[in-house]
Amino acid sequence: MSEVDAKTFDESEERAYGFWLFLMSDAILFSLLFATYAIMVTATDNGPDRTEIFGYWRTAANTALLLCSSLTMGLASIAIREDRKSTAFQWIFVTMILALAFLVLEIQEFAGLFAQGAGPDRSGFLSAYFTLVGTHGAHVTVGLIWMAVLCVHLALRPIGPVIQSITERLTMFWHLVGIVWIGIYSMVYLPGLYQ
Amino acid sequence: MFGRLTEDALPFYSEIAMAGAAVTVGGGLFVIAVVLWTGSLLYLWRNWLTSVDHKRIGIMYVVVALVMLLRGFVDALMMRAQQAMAMNSGGYLPPEHFDQIFSSHGTIMILFMAMPFLTGLINFVMPLQIGARDVAFPRLNLISLYLTAAGAGLVLISLVIGRFSTAGWTGYPPFSETEFSPGVGVDYWIWALVVSGVGTTLTGINFITTIVKRRAPGMTWMRLPLFAWTALCASILIVFAFPALTVAGAMLALDRSAGFHFFTNDGGGNAMHFANVLWMWGHPEVYILILPAFGVFSEIVATLSSKRLFAYNSLVFATVVIALLAFTTWLHHFFTMGAGASVNTAFGITTMIIAVPTGVKVFDWLMTMYRGRIRYQTPMLWTMAFLVTFTIGGMSGVLLAVPAVDYTLHNTTFLVAHFHNMVIPGALFGFFAGYVYWFPKAFGFRLDERWGTRAFWFWVTGFYLAFMPLYALGLMGMVRRLQHYDNPDWQPYLIVAAIGAVSVLCGIICMAIQLWVSIRDRDRWADTTGDPWNARTLEWYSSSPPPAWNFASLPKIEGTDAFWRLKERGEAYREDENVGAISLPTNSNDGIVYGALAFVFGFCMVWHIYWLALLCLGAIVAHLIVSSFRHPTEEVIPANEVARHEQEWKTAARAGSRYDGDPLCDYRTVLRKVPAQ
Amino acid sequence: MSDVKRHQREVRNYLVGFGLAALLTIIPFAITAAGGLSRTWFDLAILLAAVVQVLVHLRYFLHIDLRHTPRENLLALGFTGVLIVIMIGGTLWIMGNLTSRMMGT
Repeated sequence: MSEVDAKTFDESEERAYGFWLFLMSDAILFSLLFATYAIMVTATDNGPDRTEIFGYWRTAANTALLLCSSLTMGLASIAIREDRKSTAFQWIFVTMILALAFLVLEIQEFAGLFAQGAGPDRSGFLSAYFTLVGTHGAHVTVGLIWMAVLCVHLALRPIGPVIQSITERLTMFWHLVGIVWIGIYSMVYLPGLYQ
Repeated sequence: MFGRLTEDALPFYSEIAMAGAAVTVGGGLFVIAVVLWTGSLLYLWRNWLTSVDHKRIGIMYVVVALVMLLRGFVDALMMRAQQAMAMNSGGYLPPEHFDQIFSSHGTIMILFMAMPFLTGLINFVMPLQIGARDVAFPRLNLISLYLTAAGAGLVLISLVIGRFSTAGWTGYPPFSETEFSPGVGVDYWIWALVVSGVGTTLTGINFITTIVKRRAPGMTWMRLPLFAWTALCASILIVFAFPALTVAGAMLALDRSAGFHFFTNDGGGNAMHFANVLWMWGHPEVYILILPAFGVFSEIVATLSSKRLFAYNSLVFATVVIALLAFTTWLHHFFTMGAGASVNTAFGITTMIIAVPTGVKVFDWLMTMYRGRIRYQTPMLWTMAFLVTFTIGGMSGVLLAVPAVDYTLHNTTFLVAHFHNMVIPGALFGFFAGYVYWFPKAFGFRLDERWGTRAFWFWVTGFYLAFMPLYALGLMGMVRRLQHYDNPDWQPYLIVAAIGAVSVLCGIICMAIQLWVSIRDRDRWADTTGDPWNARTLEWYSSSPPPAWNFASLPKIEGTDAFWRLKERGEAYREDENVGAISLPTNSNDGIVYGALAFVFGFCMVWHIYWLALLCLGAIVAHLIVSSFRHPTEEVIPANEVARHEQEWKTAARAGSRYDGDPLCDYRTVLRKVPAQ
Repeated sequence: MSDVKRHQREVRNYLVGFGLAALLTIIPFAITAAGGLSRTWFDLAILLAAVVQVLVHLRYFLHIDLRHTPRENLLALGFTGVLIVIMIGGTLWIMGNLTSRMMGT
C-alpha cells in the first residue's frame, strides 16, 4: 500500500480545543445559575433563608476536599504523561476518594435540608440553591465516573495517545469543577454564614 | 408504568387535529413504504444514514429543514386563513388549537427549519471552502444531526400523541407553568428545545474547531472566505448562547415537574427572570440565523457580479462586531416588562448600535454590485430582494429600538411584521439562495432557472402582501395572536395578508416543480466542470459532486478568492502528480443510537415515564463509556483511485471550463493590479 | 536530566498553586468566622479572594499563560469572561432595577 497522505492536523490537539470550548459553554451555564441564585436569594417565601441552612465546617471540609483533589488530579496527570502507571493509579485513587467524600457530605447536606422541610420546592431561593449546587454535584459525579473509566483504560493497555488525550480533558474538566466551587462557597455559603 | 400517557392522548378532540395527525403519520408511512418498495433501505443506510461525510450530513440537514418548512408553512397558512375569516365569528379553528398552531409555527420555523438549514449549508460548504477533508469531529457531527432530528421528531409526534404548547414559541411563564398549562404541550416544547439544543451546541464546537484547526496551508484569517467567517461567528454565538436556552428550559421543566419555584406566581418565583434568561439566548439566536445568510449573500454577490467582494476587511470586522454586540441587546425584547428608564435606554442604544455594522454590510454588498457584470440568475435575485426587503425591516427595527415607541407597538402585529421582515429576507432568502447556488456542487446539476424565477416572484410578492398589512394593523392597534376580533377595519388587511400566504404557497409549489424538472432534465443542467457559476472560492475547486475526500491535494493559498487566483494563473486544472492515498473515517451507527435514545428520553420526560427516561440516560452514558474503548476505524482510499478521479474531473473541467474566453475575464486585469494580501 | 527537571518544575507548579489557593481559601473562611466587617466590605473581600483564586487555578492548574497558551484558547477564555460579566452583571442590574420599581423598596 502506498503511503497515506499526511494529515495537516493533530487530532488530540483538536479534541483538547473542542473540549475547551465545551468547558467555556459550561462556564456560561454555571454563570447563569449563579445569576439566578443572586436574584432569588431573598425570595424565601417566609421559609428558611440563607443564614439558617448552611454549615460552616461542612463547607470548609467540602472546600478542602475539592482543593486537594485538584492537586492530586494534577499529580495524576503528570504521572500519566511521564508513563508512570502505578503512581498514576495511586493519585487517581486518592482523587476519587476525595470526590466521593465530597459527594457524601453534599448528599448528607441535601438530605438534612429535605428532612427539615427545606427542599427545592419550598421557595424560589431554595430552588435556585439546589439547582446551582446540585448541577455542580452532578459535574463531580460525572468526573468520578470518568476517573473510573480512566482507571479501566490504564489497567487494560499501555499509556498511549488515547489515554493521554482522555487524561488531558478529564484534568481540564476537574479543574473547571474546582473553579466553579470557588464561586459557590464565595457567593452562596460564606455570605450566608456571615452574621 | 406509562406516566400520564393514556388513550386520551390521541387526537380525537378535533377533526382538524385528527387530519394533521393523519398527514404526519401517513407521510411517515409513505416515506417508509417508498424506501422499502424501491429496495433502497440498504443504500440509504450505507450511503446516507450512517455516513460521516460532512457533505452528506449537510444535505440531510437541509432535507430535515425542507420537511419542517412545509410543516411550519402549513401552520402559517392556517393562521392567515383563520384571521382572514374570524371577524365577529369563531373562524374554523377553536382557540386551543389556534394557540397550538402559532406556538408550533414559531418553534418549528426557528429551531427546526432555519437552524437545520443553516447547519446543513455550513456543513456542506465550510469544510470545502477552507480546504479541509472533513469537519474536526465527523462522528460527533452525525450525532448532532440525529439530536436535531430527535427534537424535530418530538415536535412532530406532539401532533399525534398529546398536544403541543399553547404558550407561544417563547413559552413565557407564568402561563407556561403547570398551574395554567397542566397538559404535555409545554413539556414537548421544552424537551424538543433542550434535546436539539445539545446537538446544536456540539455542532457549534465542531465548526469552531474545524475553522480554527483545519484551514488549508496559507489560509490565514484574512484570507478566509466570508461564508466561513460568518459560519465561525454563528458557531461562536451557538456555543456561548445556547447554555441560556438550556438553563431557561431546565428551570421551567423543574418548575413544572418537580414543583420548583423559579417562575411560579407563588413561592417566591419570578416570572420575569425567564424572559431575562430566554432572551440571553434568543437575541444571539437571531444573529445565529442571519449571519450565515449574510455569508451566503457575500459569496453570491461577488461571484454573480464577477467582482471581488468590496471591502472584505470591513465585512469581516462587521461580522465579528455583530457577534459581540449580539450579547448586549437582549432586553429590547421585553422593554415593557417594567424596568426603569436607565435600563431601557441603555438597551435601546445598544440595539441602535448593532444596526451600524449591519448597515456597513449592506453598503459593501451594494458597492460589490456597483459596476460589476451582474448575472441575474436566481441566487442573485434572492440576494437583491434581500437587500431591499431587509433594509425595510431594519428600519422598522430601529424604530422599535426606541423604548417609548416600543411601548405602543409591543405585542402588536407591527412586531410580527418586523421580525418576519428580518428573518424571512435575512435568513430564509439567504438559505434559498445558498440552496440554488450550491445545489450543483452537491448533485452535479443546476436547478431550473425558469421555475426558480417563478418561485422567487411568488415568494417576494407573497412576502410583501403578507407582512406589509401587518405593519399597518399593528399601528391600528391589532394585538398579535388573536384567534378572532370584532374590528371591521382590520379584516381587509387580514384578507390581503392571507392572499400573500397563498402567493407564498405558489412559490413553494414552484420550488417543488423546479426540483422535479431539474432532476428530470439533469443532463441539460449538468455541471461537468465543478464550477458552474464561474466562482471564486475553494469549494468550486473540486468535481460536482466532490469525492468523499474533497481534495486530492491543496494549492498553497495566497490570498482571498483562492480558486479565482488559480484560474487566473491557469493552474486550476493542472494535473497533480503527487497524489497519495487518503484515509477517511468509516461509517458510524452512533448517530442513530444516540438520536433514538434522546428521542425516547425526551418523550418519556414529557409523559413522566421516568423509569424509561432514566434507562435511556443510562444507556447513553454506557454507550459513551464503551465507545471510549473502541478505536475509531478508518478506511484508506488508494492513491490510484484518487488519481483516477482527479484526472477524470480535471479533463472534463478543462474541456468545459467557461473561464477561458469568457468575457468576464476582463476582470483579470483588475485583479492583477491588486497586490496579494 | 531534562525530564527530571521538567518533572520537578511541573510538580512545583502544582504545589505553588495549591499553596496559594489554600491561602486564598483560608482568608475568606477566616473573615467569615471572625466577623466584624460591614456587609459591603465583607462582600468585596470575598469577591476579591475568589477572583484571585480563580486566576491562580487558571495559571497553576490549567496552565494558562499569556505567552504560551494558544491564542484561540485565550480568546475563548477571554470572551467567556466578558460574557460572564455581561450576563451576571446584566441580570443583577435588570432584575434589581425591576424589583426596586415593583416592590417600592
